Amino acid sequence: MTIRQGMLALLAEEPAHCYHLRVRFEERTGGTWPLNIGQVYTTVQRLVRDGLVETVPVEELAPVGSATARSAETSGSAESKSGADDGAPRGSAPQDVEQFRLTTAGRAAVDSWWATPVVRGTPGRDELAIKVALAVTSPGVDVRAIIQTQRTETMRALRDYTRLAGEQGSDLTWALVLDNLVFTTEAEVRWLDHVEARIARAGGGR
Amino acid sequence: MSAPVLLRMAGVARVHGQGEAAVHALRGINLEVRLGELVAVMGPSGSGKSTLLTLAGGLDTPTEGTVELAGEELSGLDQNRRARLRRRGVGYVFQDFNLIPALTAAENISLPRELDGISARKARREALAALEEVGLREVADRFPEEMSGGQRQRVAIARALVGPRRLLLADEPTGALDSLTGEDVMRILRARIDAGAAGLLVTHEARFAAWADRTVFLRDGVVVDSTGDRPGAESLLAVRPRA
Ligand SMILES: Nc1ncnc2c1ncn2[C@@H]1O[C@H](COP(=O)(O)OP(=O)(O)OP(=O)(O)O)[C@@H](O)[C@H]1O
Ligand SMILES: [Mg+2]
Repeated sequence: MTIRQGMLALLAEEPAHCYHLRVRFEERTGGTWPLNIGQVYTTVQRLVRDGLVETVPVEELAPVGSATARSAETSGSAESKSGADDGAPRGSAPQDVEQFRLTTAGRAAVDSWWATPVVRGTPGRDELAIKVALAVTSPGVDVRAIIQTQRTETMRALRDYTRLAGEQGSDLTWALVLDNLVFTTEAEVRWLDHVEARIARAGGGR
Repeated sequence: MSAPVLLRMAGVARVHGQGEAAVHALRGINLEVRLGELVAVMGPSGSGKSTLLTLAGGLDTPTEGTVELAGEELSGLDQNRRARLRRRGVGYVFQDFNLIPALTAAENISLPRELDGISARKARREALAALEEVGLREVADRFPEEMSGGQRQRVAIARALVGPRRLLLADEPTGALDSLTGEDVMRILRARIDAGAAGLLVTHEARFAAWADRTVFLRDGVVVDSTGDRPGAESLLAVRPRA
């Protein structure tokens, strides 16, 4: 879902090759969600199927040949070989020469994406939450030990993110992505503290 | 990791009151903090965090065990020497800021330095520099009641940083601050410690504890858990940004 929306958002800026999309996506998200070229091809093909994206007709290609598009083309030629090994669907024309752009419906989809808040949706199957929930009712399992071990691990991750954030320069994209990791990791520590306190209280006394 | 130990607490306990009413605020605390090291202290309310800090800074004495600062056992010193050691060597940010209401921000900061025999002029210059460091030069001549809670907090931090402090003790120094200002405070604290001090930081927020080298967790006056300084951590992020 995120890749799909991400591709649409990038295509809203300018028509692009799949290779170009992949590079741009990684740059724009601070390299946190690496994509392989096959994922990009597949996603774009689906967008074409759904009528949100179309191929730029060959006769219209020339004016779009901006500096960025051209450099993506040249650096993309090396990539196209490994791209083929990804098992990406390939049409009659070489995929990395094909350029894509949004249709009117695609543009509407992007606009509505920006305008709509992200819905949290049903909670995912979080291994830690399941583990703790089971531990509480499993005889002979030391929940507090589990929590402490986990907290040590989560704190370690939090410290690593914090260090990375401290090392990073003025790259706003990367800073925002790290902040997101820092805050969600902190939330996990807080939840662990809370669970520990709740269990202590439920255990009665002291 | 073999910098000298600046603070050493061994078998430390603190009991308030006696008999039935006795409160065991701390029990069996063993803690060493080396130069260049920042240790975070976390734990529920009433678990003994502030007590630990007051003992570490010699503001209170343990009922059991020893506290050594730079190799000197604090309980072995007389009142005056302990006060002087504290004033010169220890920077303390109190949980309730502890500013003197009748003094301006700059005066609150320069007072302890003047008590140490530094000239009023130099002390003021230092105070202004310290305020600058926490981004509050403009409140220098305001009284505590004329400042916001977060500003008071940062003045208290500036006071703790001024002069050649080797041990920084901060009790919830980011409590009243928004997340970016809190981060600024942590950056200042961390830089001071990296430049040759040691620190204990009490915080409820794991995000700020993450600036420390280690975190100890207190519960009912006992250390129940402690995150070590395990290496190899950076492998956690598979992808790092392109330079
Ligand atoms: N002067 C005192 N007389 C009696 N009991 C005290 C005294 N000072 C502290 N205590 C008790 O010692 C325990 C630890 O207090 P302390 O202030 O160290 O907790 P804390 O961890 O800093 O809590 P908080 O997060 O709320 O600041 C508490 O039960 C407190 O009531
Ligand atoms: Mg306290």
